[in-house]
Amino acid sequence: MRPRNPRRARLLAVRARIVVIGLLGVLIAVLFRAQVLRSSDWLLQSQSNRLRTLTIPAPRGVIRDRAGRVFADNVPGYSVSIIPDRPDSMISTLRRMRDHLQLEDGRFEEISAQARLGPPRPLLVTVDAPFDAVAALQERRSIFPRLLIETRPKRRYPAGRIGAHVVGYVGEINEAEVETREAEGAEPGWIVGRSGVEAQYESTLQGKSGIRYVEVDAEGRIVGSFAGVRSVDDQPGTDLDLNLDLELMEWIDRIFPEGMHGSVVVLEVETGGVLALYSAPAFDPNVFAGVVERSVWDRLVGDPESPLYHRAVMGRYPPGSPWKLATAAIALDLGVVTPSERMPVSCRGSYVFGNRAYGCWKPEGHGSLDLAGAIQHSCNVYFYQVGVRIGLVRMLEVGNRMGFGDRCGIDLPQESGGGFPEGPEFWERRFGYRAQEGETLNLAIGQGPNDQTPLKMAQFILAIARDGSAPAPSLLRTDPGRANEASWRLDIPQEHLEQVREGMRRVTRQGGTAYRSSLEHFDLLGKTGTAQSGGGRPPHAWFTAIAGPYGEDPEIVAVALVEFGESGSGVAAPLVAKTVDFYLRGRHGIPRDTIQTLGEYERAGRSTAWANRPVR
Amino acid sequence: MRTLIAPLRQPMVIALLLLSVFGVGMIYSAGVLEVPSSVTEGLWIRQAVFLGVSVVGLLIVSRIPLRWFEWVAVPAYVLGVAVLGVTLVAGTGTGTAEGISSFLSIGGFRFQPAEAAKISTALALAALLANREGPPLYLRDLLMPAALVGLPLVLVLLQPDLGTALAFVGIFFAVIFWAGTPWPLILFAASPGLGLILAFSLRVWAAYIVLLAGCLYLYRFRLYLVESLAVILANIAAGAVAQPLWNSLAAYQRNRLLVFLDPELDPRNAGWQLIQSKVAVGSGGLFGKGFTAGTQKRLAFLPEQHTDFIFSVVGEELGFVGTSVVLALFGYLFFRMITMAEVAKSSFAGLFIFGILGVWLTHVFINAGMTIGVVPVTGIPLPFISYGGSFLLMSWMAAAVVLALANDDS
Repeated sequence: MRPRNPRRARLLAVRARIVVIGLLGVLIAVLFRAQVLRSSDWLLQSQSNRLRTLTIPAPRGVIRDRAGRVFADNVPGYSVSIIPDRPDSMISTLRRMRDHLQLEDGRFEEISAQARLGPPRPLLVTVDAPFDAVAALQERRSIFPRLLIETRPKRRYPAGRIGAHVVGYVGEINEAEVETREAEGAEPGWIVGRSGVEAQYESTLQGKSGIRYVEVDAEGRIVGSFAGVRSVDDQPGTDLDLNLDLELMEWIDRIFPEGMHGSVVVLEVETGGVLALYSAPAFDPNVFAGVVERSVWDRLVGDPESPLYHRAVMGRYPPGSPWKLATAAIALDLGVVTPSERMPVSCRGSYVFGNRAYGCWKPEGHGSLDLAGAIQHSCNVYFYQVGVRIGLVRMLEVGNRMGFGDRCGIDLPQESGGGFPEGPEFWERRFGYRAQEGETLNLAIGQGPNDQTPLKMAQFILAIARDGSAPAPSLLRTDPGRANEASWRLDIPQEHLEQVREGMRRVTRQGGTAYRSSLEHFDLLGKTGTAQSGGGRPPHAWFTAIAGPYGEDPEIVAVALVEFGESGSGVAAPLVAKTVDFYLRGRHGIPRDTIQTLGEYERAGRSTAWANRPVR
Repeated sequence: MRTLIAPLRQPMVIALLLLSVFGVGMIYSAGVLEVPSSVTEGLWIRQAVFLGVSVVGLLIVSRIPLRWFEWVAVPAYVLGVAVLGVTLVAGTGTGTAEGISSFLSIGGFRFQPAEAAKISTALALAALLANREGPPLYLRDLLMPAALVGLPLVLVLLQPDLGTALAFVGIFFAVIFWAGTPWPLILFAASPGLGLILAFSLRVWAAYIVLLAGCLYLYRFRLYLVESLAVILANIAAGAVAQPLWNSLAAYQRNRLLVFLDPELDPRNAGWQLIQSKVAVGSGGLFGKGFTAGTQKRLAFLPEQHTDFIFSVVGEELGFVGTSVVLALFGYLFFRMITMAEVAKSSFAGLFIFGILGVWLTHVFINAGMTIGVVPVTGIPLPFISYGGSFLLMSWMAAAVVLALANDDS
């Protein structure tokens, strides 16, 4: 072995120490920079690493009827999401949970597409997972490491199909809506109103989502709440109290002719509030509360009976005889007729105008009638002559002023306007000929190019029941101020209006077309209608009515339309009478009964002495 | 009894004990996770047991006379190389490095032959150079040492385990340095490695070759012409094989090198470790988040937190103070070793001590450096601190031999 050279060793040792100091010095310098100089940046990053925000969906406002009965509320539901990861692993997780959640192909593709975009927040798979599926997923948590199951309020409609059309239903927000409503904090998974009151008052009902900060680990598993930032509580949506009377609507559903289609509208005279807005057939809005299965949706949309169609506000029907009230109102407004006046030509079953004879529905004729009598008997010949006096131009003008070509302005997102010619040029445009004066005759008795919704007819009757003014029917129980904001007003002296009402009153008196629908406790003022439906099908049955206690101001207005119901007096009138009786008995504390109309009293063998009331 | 535990009073051993006990503590902390993992829980107990075994082993081995090591150097080297060869065929991987064959299992005990080979290679290299008359002055004097180290190095590289292979490079340069090799010669010897790296830009590489040729010209009176040409040729060869070599690398190795340059290149995969480690260390600040309280670690953002990235846990939980103290302890250890080599009676002892110093310095620099992005991520543990029973034991055995050689007065 070679001996060491101490001098050389000393030199090398010094150099070695310099190398060691150099290398360790580089490390210390870099550590100093990272840990002391730039530590705050890294600290921020370590926090954002482990911080995730979770949205706490706010429960939607509860929708109640006028007595506090619930149309729509919320129950806890389960949503399933996947915490963001690489797209392929998210999609494979999705594939594995597909069977548990019974995802349809379309939905699966939709979510996969979202996963491919690399969403910044948890990817929502379903907002409404069945409890069994949630339990099954929880059990298999190990193979679904990035699973996020949250409870979120789920919409429930205890009233079921009774409120289906008017209260509406909800659905999951779509991508376009998320963008347009970004300012409100909209995000995927939001449940929004899709129709009816749910859509109309969406922003009121929605509420504000809360935010919860959670700490996650590198796998994205939530390990607890984040200590550093305070959560923001959710603000539930505002509850809505409606004018509707759920009990009344349930009653209407019970008595509506089995298997028939149509609608019933009940308005409160004083406020214009909507007490009932019923449309048959209906559907169960609960099926929309979660994720709507394509098949269910297709079935509803494809149903030939159109259960989704809100007939009360969307359906347009020829108004038929009830329109004679409108003709009377227009004539009185213009002052071309006085109620006591009799028309020059008395009814012999027809009326000749130009070179054509226009028939009355009663071939043997009604003889000479005043306004009330003409309304009671629904005499065509009387109204033909009123129509001639009004003239086509003025009839269209006043008719339009009364909004027969418009919507009522009810607080619903969708409403059909009335179909009423805006002027004489309509005939040229529509039928290719100049309007003849004879058109007036057809219009005067509710025929011709004139279609109205049941709601529109109800609003018109409301004006008759009031002082000639008609507010927009309202679903929301707001301050009564709104009721006084008439959307239009008839210029008719009150005593003339009373004559129109007198005519309607006689309809349910002996000799009237709806005598058998008269009521023991309440004064029912009505007008039947049997409107041609065309196409060789049975005519539509109308009954428009005003009702209240005998000798007092009218309290409610009710209109029924039964599609192809054949007879206004036989089908629609009893329906309205029973509806009105049910509601008013409740309002006046009279025990309710299923034997209500005169016809039912007779069949039940009860005393009908009350039916022979004097006519004023 | 007193003489039995005498080595424990040695400053070097005290430093090692401090580092090792600290390591057990950090391994305990590495197991404290939000979502407990069976992989890391309770590992600190195993490590503590191995530490006990290691200390006992040190007490025994450090008493072996120097002469024995001289005798055993060559056979141990041959045996080490042979076992490395066997490992290539029969070896297995472990943990995240499942794909490589660096472990051998014998009767249920798994160990890395490369760890033992480091000691035997250092012994053989020390023996080789200790018998020389005077320091290596020509490149050809380095041929034998290079071949001696190169053989196990290539075997380890084939596993493939780049990190451990670099430790052999550390042995080579540390030993030839202590043997008195002039520094220009060391640089020339290292130049092909530099040429390999610079070859990724042709212009830089060309400039480098010109610069190298200039240096060789200035140094022409101290080298044979053949040697100068050999250096140039080796550099050109290194440049030429750079691309094929790059292509032959496993994808994960290439990614590791690429993300070293730009971690955001692949932040969720290859860049993940580096980014999360830097976040952990940086967010530790001056004093750290507190023992066991590191969020990056607790929430499993830190990969390999008990082995390769334990230094990140130190940085996150104990801050700059913690990392500085650890590095200072290593610095103290290295200074002690340099002194021991300086005062050693035999050059064999000094050369061996430098061999081990080379190993540890390489490990410390690469391991700590990769956690803060100073060097590319390489699977290489931090001596005495990272979890790993056989690695801890072998490190202590290396220290035991260092002690045995340094304390021999004969």
